[in-house]
Amino acid sequence: MVIGLVIVSHSPKIAEGIVELCYEMVDEEIKIIPAGGTKDGRIGTDPIRIKEAIEKVYDEDGVGIIVDIGSSLMNAELAIELLEEKVRKKVIILDTPIVEGSISVAVQAYISNNMEDVLKAAEEARTTKKLQEQP
Amino acid sequence: MASTSLLLEIVRNMSKNIIENKELLTELDRAIGDSDHGINMAKGFSAVHEKLGEMEGKDWGYILKTIAMTLISTVGGASGPLYGTAFLRAAKVVEGKGKIDRKDVINMFHEAIEGIKMRGKSDQGDKTMLDALIPAFETLKSAYEEGEDSKIAFKRAEESALKGVEYTKTIIARKGRASYLGERSIGHQDPGATSSYILIKSINQVLEKN
Repeated sequence: MVIGLVIVSHSPKIAEGIVELCYEMVDEEIKIIPAGGTKDGRIGTDPIRIKEAIEKVYDEDGVGIIVDIGSSLMNAELAIELLEEKVRKKVIILDTPIVEGSISVAVQAYISNNMEDVLKAAEEARTTKKLQEQP
Repeated sequence: MASTSLLLEIVRNMSKNIIENKELLTELDRAIGDSDHGINMAKGFSAVHEKLGEMEGKDWGYILKTIAMTLISTVGGASGPLYGTAFLRAAKVVEGKGKIDRKDVINMFHEAIEGIKMRGKSDQGDKTMLDALIPAFETLKSAYEEGEDSKIAFKRAEESALKGVEYTKTIIARKGRASYLGERSIGHQDPGATSSYILIKSINQVLEKN
């Protein structure tokens, strides 16, 4: 049993690219699915696609969703509401930058497969600096 | 009492008006947003229009739920989950009903607004669709309380919605892409409030004819 991840972006290319990046770090044991764009290929997000992605990666250990900008959060929340209760209880939206956060979370899920650790990894990715502070 | 054939006529008119105003909504959104509101709304309501046949003969709840799910799965932008949630909440109020009364109208409208507030984490004064919908709802409710019929009540509601749209020109956007603009959003009319006004006007137009 492993935690599943759903990557939600307005751009299908971003979502797919992030999944690709994650699989450079972890193997297929971790289920990571992109849910980007609308079903007719426009920029946007689609709650039905997000819901289906959650169901696909669903695992009793939990499902983490990572979203990008604007309405992706609303659509992810709506997708969760549309799920059956058993699944809904196990799903959490991770408040983290979509690229860096997704990779941190995927790696953490791979290492410990524990939702609490995953939440911590998501939070750390939010504050990690790219440049060292000048002394 | 309002039948589902009246509802279907309203839905047909909503679709027609949204599609006809695609350019206007897009222009408004170009000024303060990501210029997709007209395209997204037209996409959603074209899909709703295509489902009219399937909705024929079904109850109020079924029809509203179908509209909700259609908007949710076709719109793509923020208006999809917002209007989708509104129609979904309204559907719950009238589940299984063939005809509805004024109390149902009030309850549906109330639930729809609460749904939008919850989904968008927003309220009146944020420069959103709520700035048209809330005044329209309040006017509708007081007209009913004064004993007016639906024709007059919705006519007044439309006027309040339009005032609400005008009001959005005077305030700062606090939600969505427009909020990045801060004070520069003043002077522009909110696209979401405008589409909400068009939807209420669509109800009124059908009631006037019947």
